[in-house]
This record gives sequence, structure tokens and C-alpha cells, in this order.
Amino acid sequence: MNFATAVSPHLKPRASVTRVMASVLLALVPGIAALWYFFGWGVLIHVILALLSAWCAEALMLGLRRRPIRPALGDLSAAVTAVLLAISLPPIAPWWITVSGAMFAIVIAKHLYGGLGYNPFNPAMAGYVLLLISFPKHMTAWSPPEGQGSSLDFIATLRWILLRQLPDGISYDAMTMATPLDAMKTQLGLQKAVAEISQGPIFGLFAGKGSEWVASAFLLGGVWLVWRRYAAWQIPTGILASLAVLSTLFYWYDSAHYTSPLFQLFSGATMLGAFFIATDPVTAATTPRGRLIYGTLIGVLVFVIRVWGGYPDAMAFAVLLMNFAAPTIDYYTRPRVFGHSS
Amino acid sequence: MFDRLWRFHGGLKLPGHKQLSLSHPLATAPLSEQLIFPLMQRPGVTAKPLVAVGERVLRGQVIAQAEQLLGVPIIASSSGTITAIDEPRAVPHPSGLPGPCLIITTDGLDEALPVHPCADFRALSPQAIREKIRAAGIVGLGGAAFPSAIKLTPGPRRPIDLLVVNGAECEPYITCDDQLLQTQAHDVVRGAQILLHLLGLQQGIIAVEADMQAAETALRAALTQLGETRLTVRAVPVVYPTGGEKQLIYALTGRETPSGGIPADIGVICQNVGTTAAIYHAIVRGEPLIERIVTVTGQAIRQPQNLRVRIGTPIKTLIDYCGGYRAPPSRLIMGGPMMGFALTSDEVPVVKATNCILVASDREVVTEKVAQPCIRCGACAEVCPVELLPQQLYWYSRAEDLERCKTYNLFDCIECGCCEVVCPSHIPLVQYYRSSKSKIIQKNQEAEKAAIARRRHEMQLARKEKERQERAERAKLKKDALAKKKALDEQRAAAQSNDNSDTDELK
Repeated sequence: MNFATAVSPHLKPRASVTRVMASVLLALVPGIAALWYFFGWGVLIHVILALLSAWCAEALMLGLRRRPIRPALGDLSAAVTAVLLAISLPPIAPWWITVSGAMFAIVIAKHLYGGLGYNPFNPAMAGYVLLLISFPKHMTAWSPPEGQGSSLDFIATLRWILLRQLPDGISYDAMTMATPLDAMKTQLGLQKAVAEISQGPIFGLFAGKGSEWVASAFLLGGVWLVWRRYAAWQIPTGILASLAVLSTLFYWYDSAHYTSPLFQLFSGATMLGAFFIATDPVTAATTPRGRLIYGTLIGVLVFVIRVWGGYPDAMAFAVLLMNFAAPTIDYYTRPRVFGHSS
Repeated sequence: MFDRLWRFHGGLKLPGHKQLSLSHPLATAPLSEQLIFPLMQRPGVTAKPLVAVGERVLRGQVIAQAEQLLGVPIIASSSGTITAIDEPRAVPHPSGLPGPCLIITTDGLDEALPVHPCADFRALSPQAIREKIRAAGIVGLGGAAFPSAIKLTPGPRRPIDLLVVNGAECEPYITCDDQLLQTQAHDVVRGAQILLHLLGLQQGIIAVEADMQAAETALRAALTQLGETRLTVRAVPVVYPTGGEKQLIYALTGRETPSGGIPADIGVICQNVGTTAAIYHAIVRGEPLIERIVTVTGQAIRQPQNLRVRIGTPIKTLIDYCGGYRAPPSRLIMGGPMMGFALTSDEVPVVKATNCILVASDREVVTEKVAQPCIRCGACAEVCPVELLPQQLYWYSRAEDLERCKTYNLFDCIECGCCEVVCPSHIPLVQYYRSSKSKIIQKNQEAEKAAIARRRHEMQLARKEKERQERAERAKLKKDALAKKKALDEQRAAAQSNDNSDTDELK
């Protein structure tokens, strides 16, 4: 009897790109649920808008590049990009913010660089930074947390996002608010002390009202992701540790002008970025030591930009800057090969 | 001394599927009608038949002699008549190409040459023992089939202080070493005693995997019964590829075999348990290596089990003895699912390196794999037991950047397959590495050939130049000689004419 030939290893592969991406999406669920709970229906509407536009852009680009469309759509990598971008945006932003951001992320940041696996920059963050620089007004107007200001029901939110129409009796000002990081930065600039600023209505137990629980939910999902080894532990560890160390040192030195480490860790995009954005394997460093360095430097950059830079939050900039550095970090952190002396 | 274990980097915990073949007792495969012996033992190592077609041979008779140092004699594993000495047959080689084989048609009498047992191996000199090991046709039975006598000759520049007997059978499905230890632990221990004597050692470790409890118990009992205290039994964690020689030595001693080196460089000699038992049989009983235990297993064979098989038996005979194929098998693998190679035919004979025949169903092996782009997740680097960066090697292999492949230590890759099994993008990584390795080797060979050709050309030029000079010199000498002669002649002629005139005057 004759048999087909094949080469070793013969065992079935254990994982797939689809499974990796699906796990990332699953791990995002608690964070998205918390965002929805505290910041309303806009979160989910933007997620859906981003998914639809990212998939369209992906199919379009694959078609233009004459690549098989179905397997690439099935790998869910575009979905992860879309969701990460959508949940970074203000929930009350207009629809075209999300659509243009997702299109830019997929078309320019991903496919023009060669598609999945070849893009040097995190597509979601490239899209986010484009929007932040181009449309600062829309990108800084966040909805207030649950219980503050005016909140809209699903239909009203949809009408607002798609048509910019508000129900009677609700003003635009009543439904927008600065983020805690933004408020802190502005008021510190006005020579107020941290303790005084933290008394404001948008501040919660240890960070922003609502957003502290959103961050906790991302932490929960992120820990699961790391535990299941879908994300490299070195990156979030490096980010959170360096941010914690730096903010502790400065808080210790002058607690009136520097916020607490807890505030730094649970505000803005710290948790989302540390576990879900910086861990994007395509654009991060890949060696074990390299990942620790990569994460640590992202944490340092986040602190530096938040405290002394022009923007209240810095995760997107920090990640993109370190994307530049990843190949160099990899080159200098090659592990010692078994049986070699150095 | 070696009372702790070291953990090498990476590796995989794989489902063992060992019970499949262990749940049935060891049996003896029937003598097949034909025994097939490939004349090519290793790449570039051939054997020259010593018999003619029609000649009757006995079990234990040398039927072909190795032509190179890295070969061993081919020994008839049963009695019968030689029916071919150079016939192309399917041989166990990844290429699937046929190779020349020597064929015995057995007579069923299984008559043997007289054996010469040795009551006390301690009376034998190390050199005599090595000679007997070589004459018995013993090679490494763990799969590499390297001649044991050579491996047991580390040379004076490599002082050896430890013997490791490798029973850590880490590939899934394979249980032939486990079965051997359960049934012949005494022979393994006695073989290890011979090796200690041969190498002048005072300590040795017999290693098994932690899930081989029955084998471990049998070994401990044998050590106690034989009163052997120089040998210890160690159970190593069940992590693939802990049975790899360099990985096992590291796990037991913390010593790293240097890149490109051999274990003897760090004072260790490692032998497989099957080889060790074969050495005992050869030295003490005088029996050459003519059979081995083969695991026949997988979901597509009716009765998975371990069989005592004569070398040269066609695999078809084993399949039939095990009840035939259960379902149309998806793949026939010689070796394990991680490093074994697919056979194109079941007419292929069992050779000394055949530890396992895996008759795999569709559910056990990958049938179709569509590679997606690498997402640089680094899962490959996490599991690499050599701590390479498989994904970098993949990029460089793909780009055919062979220099970078070398600087990223491609040749340290042991092709264990861990990286490929965990790759979420289903990239055939190991195949890329094999291809790059052979390209580099080919390039080196070409460079070497070119260097030789250049040297020959230069030598030829130099020779021609020398010849030309010599010719010119000879011509000059000749010319000078002629000129001299001419001058002399003229002188003489002149003198003569003077003489003549003198004589004339005298006249």
C-alpha cells in the first residue's frame, strides 16, 4: 500500500490566528460592558460602526491586493483593530470619526504596509492619533459618567451620533465633559492642588468616576489574556511597573502637584493600553527581554507625556513611538542560544 | 552528586498516547518471507555485499561490510537464501526514493552461526569490547543510528566522567524503550555496567520520564538485585524534547553541550537503553544485533502493541500481525509524530533506527495546513528548547538571507518541531529551516569545490610555468653547449689549421 508523503512535525497545530484574535475580543468584553454601563450606548454604536467600516476596508484592500478575502476576514484581526479603536474614542463622537479612523487604520496603517504581520505601527493607535490630531474638538469631548450630566437612551444616542440631533431640553454642553486626566491637567495648570481637584464631580474613589471601574474591568480581562498566554506578560508588567514606580516617586516627592500611582494606573488608557494595545504582537518587540524593555519604556513615555507633555493621555503616542524602537530592541536582546557562551 | 534536575528552556507538554501500545504485552513478530537490508546505512555510508545470489546464509552471518568508518557490518537476521544483492527497493528515507537492497528469502529454520559467549567482560580490554560492539553491528537505537563503537571512543582529549543511559522516551506514542525497560531492565543495567568498565567510569545515570513508573520500578529492582551502586535511576519531567541527548544531559547535569560539539566535550557519554541492552547481548552472550523492539501504534491500526522484530522485516508484516489497518490510514510514520518521517510505502523494511511505526488516522495528524502571515506572536521562541528565535529564522529563510540564518544560529536547530506545533499562523517552519540548512550546506560544498578547482588551476599554471622555465633553461643550456661546442670546434679547427700549417711548415 502506498501513502502520501509529508514532513514532520505531523501533529496538528495547537492554535490559530482566529483563536488568538477571538480571545482578545473575549477578554475585552468586561471592559466594554463597563464602558457601556458608565458611558452609555454610544460605546456599542461606535464599536459596530468601527467593525462594519473595518471589514469593508479589509475586504476592499484584499480585493485590490488580489488576496483571498474570506480567510483574512475570518482571522478577526481587523475586528480587533476596529474594537480597540472604537473603545478609545469618546462615546458621543460623530459617526464619521469612527468610520474614517477605522478606514485609515485598515487601509493605510495596515494594508499599505503589507497587511497582517507586516505593519510596523499599531493600526488602531495610528487611526486614533490621526483623529486626535485632526479633530481635537471631537476627540476631547467625552460623555459624563453615569449619574453626571445628561445621558441619552439608545435611540437618542443613535440620532446624535448619526445625525447630530439632540432631544429637546438637552444641550450639547450638558452631555460633554472633560476626562479626569484632562481635568487634572488643566486645573493643575491653574495652580490648584491635586487633593482639591479630586473633589470634583467626575472623580471617584481613586481615579475617575466610572472610568476607574472600566480600567478595573480591562485589568480583569487583561489578566485572563496573559494567564491564557495570548498576551506576553512582560509588556503589561513593564508598563504598569514603570508607571507605578515613576508616579510613586513623584507623588512621594510632592503629592500636591503629582497624582497618586493609583490615579495614574486606573486613568485614561493605562489598563487598555498595557494589556490590549501594547501587546499587539505584530508591532511589539518579540524577544522576552525585549518585551520587558519595550513595556517599561512605554510606561516611562506615558508618564512623561502625561505630566510634562501637551496631551492629557499618552498611551497612543507612547505605543507608536516604541513601535519604531521595537526592531532595534529585538536586535540587542537576542537570547543566548543553548550551547553558546555569550 | 547529580541530585537535582535542571529545566531547559521551552519544550512542550504533549498528550502521550502511550497507553495505546502499552496496554498489550510485548509480542514477537513472525518471521517474514523476505528480509530486506538497505545497503546505504547513512547518507554517504554504503556497504559492500560479501555474499552472492543463491548463497545460503545463517542468522548472525555478516552479509555486507561497511565501506566507510561510519558504517557497521550488515548481519543476516535469520537463515535463508540470498535472492538479490543490489535490488532497488523502497527504503526508509524521507525522500521516498528507492535504494539498493540486499534480500534474504528466509527458510523458516532460523539457523544461527555458533555464538561465543564471554563469561567475564571485565577481562576484556576496552579496545576488544569496542571491536565486538562494532562487529555485532550495533548503532544507536534511539533513532540516529550512529555507530556505538565510535561514540564510545571519545579519545584522550575528552575526559569522560559520566555515563547517561537514555530511557526518556519523550515523543508521543513511542513506548519501545518503556517496554524494553519493563521486560529487560537487567540487560540494560548489565549493559550499563559494561559501559562503565569500558569507559573506566564510577558513575552513571539511567534516565526515564516521570510517567514511566513501571520501567523505573523495574530498573530500581534490577539495580538492587545486581548490587549496582554506581548507577542511579532518575525520572525527568515529561516535557518534549527531554529525550534529546543534549536536552537530557542538561536536565540531569546542568551542563550544556557546546554548539557544534558532542556530549563528550563536557565529559558525558550518552547511550540509548536499547543500545545498552544490545551491547550486553553482544559482549556477554556473543549475539549480534539482529532484532529490536518496535512500537506499532496509532488509531488506524487494529491492535497497537510493541513487537520484537527482526531487522529487515517489511513493515507490512508488522501491520498484518497487528490485525491490519482499522481505517484507511492517513499517514504511515516511521518514528514519532514530532520528528518521524512519512513513509510512502509499507513495503519499507524495519531498520535499526526504527523505534516506532505510527499508523495515523486523519484525527491524529495534520492533513491540510494553510499558512497565514506570521503575526510575530513569539510563541515559537517561547517553546524553542535551544532558545533560538524561530520567527527571525523564518523571515531570513523566506528571504533566502543565508548569512543571517547563520548568525541567528540556524544550525543549532534540532528540528524538534515545537515551534511549528504552536504557530497560530500554521507556517511550516521546520521545512523552511531544513531547506535553508541544505542550501547553506550546498553553498559551502560548492565554495569548497570552487576552492579546490581554483587551487588546481593555480597549481596547473605554476606547473606549466615551471615546465616553461625548465624548457627555456634546457634550451639555453643546449644553446650554450652548442655555442661552446661550436667555439671549441672552431678553436680546434683553428688549432688544427695551425697544426696543419705547422706540419706544412715542418714539411
